[in-house]
Amino acid sequence: MNLSLDIRHSLPGFALDVQFDAPSGITALFGKSGAGKTSVVNAVAGLLTPDAGRIALDNSVLFDSRQNIALPVHKRQIGYVFQDARLFPHMTVEANLAYGSRWAADRPGPTLAELCGLLDIAHLLARYPRDLSGGETQRVAIGRALMSRPRMLLLDEPLAALDASRKADILPHLERLRDELAVPMLYVSHSVAEVARLATTVVILENGRVAQTGPVGDMLSDLQMVRQIGVREAGAVLPARVVAHHADGLSELSVSGGRLFLPRTALAEGATTRVRILAQDVILASDVPRGLSALNILPAQVTDLRAGDGPGVICQLRCGTDHILARITRRSAEAMGLTPGHDVHAVIKAVSVDPVDVGRG
Amino acid sequence: MTAWLGPDEWQAVALSLRVAVVATLISLPFGVAAAYALARWEFPGKQLFNGLIHLPLVLPPVVTGYLLLLAFGPQGPAGRFLEAAFGVSLAFRWTGAVLAAAIMAFPLMVRAIRLALETVDPKLESAAATLGAGPRQIFLTVTLPLLLPGLIAGAILAFAKAMGEFGATITFVSNIPGETQTLPSAVYAFLQVPGGEAAAMRLVIISVIVSMGALLASEMLARRVARK
Repeated sequence: MNLSLDIRHSLPGFALDVQFDAPSGITALFGKSGAGKTSVVNAVAGLLTPDAGRIALDNSVLFDSRQNIALPVHKRQIGYVFQDARLFPHMTVEANLAYGSRWAADRPGPTLAELCGLLDIAHLLARYPRDLSGGETQRVAIGRALMSRPRMLLLDEPLAALDASRKADILPHLERLRDELAVPMLYVSHSVAEVARLATTVVILENGRVAQTGPVGDMLSDLQMVRQIGVREAGAVLPARVVAHHADGLSELSVSGGRLFLPRTALAEGATTRVRILAQDVILASDVPRGLSALNILPAQVTDLRAGDGPGVICQLRCGTDHILARITRRSAEAMGLTPGHDVHAVIKAVSVDPVDVGRG
Repeated sequence: MTAWLGPDEWQAVALSLRVAVVATLISLPFGVAAAYALARWEFPGKQLFNGLIHLPLVLPPVVTGYLLLLAFGPQGPAGRFLEAAFGVSLAFRWTGAVLAAAIMAFPLMVRAIRLALETVDPKLESAAATLGAGPRQIFLTVTLPLLLPGLIAGAILAFAKAMGEFGATITFVSNIPGETQTLPSAVYAFLQVPGGEAAAMRLVIISVIVSMGALLASEMLARRVARK
């Protein structure tokens, strides 16, 4: 299933001119607030009719201004998880879920029992939405959208209204949906951490235009991207596998460039996952450092450098078959004589990788 | 009840109840439609439409009654049409009292329903659409259930107003015992004859009880809407 989108739309004081393709998996629509993310998602759902363009899911045209096609919202078969959930207040959770299946398309999909398990909502069925916590509300909203057997699922910052621990509760559910259901998702977010953990493809929106798009690994280790994300949040995502849990509270993970020791993750040994390593948590050394408290030292090769406005430089390094980013000072880069092709050692503090940033692969 | 009330008095109470119930039920769908149009749609002449609906609220009732007589009387254009097309005559009939009561109560009903509609979040309706519900299904499964307390409050308010309608009714359909003599008309009639005070007082007590009951029920429902 592939969503292809090419739309132009004028809003007061703002013009949208967006083209991208969203393949299977989770496509993250990433950008600052006001970049036009929600407008794009609304256009896919049919809640907004663009001035011009075309939106199609594989061969099924949802909108085409030239052919005068604009499928009404209720005929698009596209699920939508709103930021504010929008559960029906006059219905129980069970009735809300049943409402989703009432006009469901005739295609295979998760049953109510399966969704209750995937989203851990079975114990909520008899409750009314007003008696749910924020995290429960969003899980029910996701379930209701999936009950309609959508061809695609739109999620508009579904976690934005939740605090950090509630987010941590929902993220594994979204990962399971991504891995166990074949429903493609368009996921709006302005959180790099969420994108790093969930996305397979990233589309960066800036002022109503696509600034860049590509697979998540490439995008988050791209130096161009650092400007979009901000130096503090910049960091690469590496596919990893849990090798062992050690008795001293560390988990050993293997990445393409070597082994990482990180604070204990809840994942089972052998599980694949992804690890996000922030650029500012990486130190570079020319020689193998000795007598250092940091546990993780990976051999790497400088592939690119980019100076920022301040005193910092962002280094892109090849580490095994993946890339990582390191943020160092310009002074150090000059002192070490760093240029593309230079061999270095990347030092990563074990405690510096947030357990939340370790997600399922 | 019948022992306490004289037959004429009982007749007036029964007629008033019948007129008010029929007027409320008949105007309810129109009230919902008008409230929906005012709350959700933008169309040319919306202010004029709004004004027309609210006119009976501000016009002297006797003027509304006279205008009804001009339009729906035996010589009026609407009256002649109804007579010719359906054989329905409104002037000086209880059906005319229904029309007068419905027109007078309509603005109150529309206001209450419109207020309730404005508390129904259109975002819930668009959520229903993304789940595959068409416009009519959305109205029946989301809008209407959420509107229900406001709808009932509006209906009760309209019922109370219809029960008490006097000026337009007596002008349009006069004060004929057994046909158009509603409770207020009967009170008025009893007060015109010597010795009628006792009967008038009995009707007044019934009127106060019914109106208070309706008002309390309406308030209770309005609070339920506000809580949501």
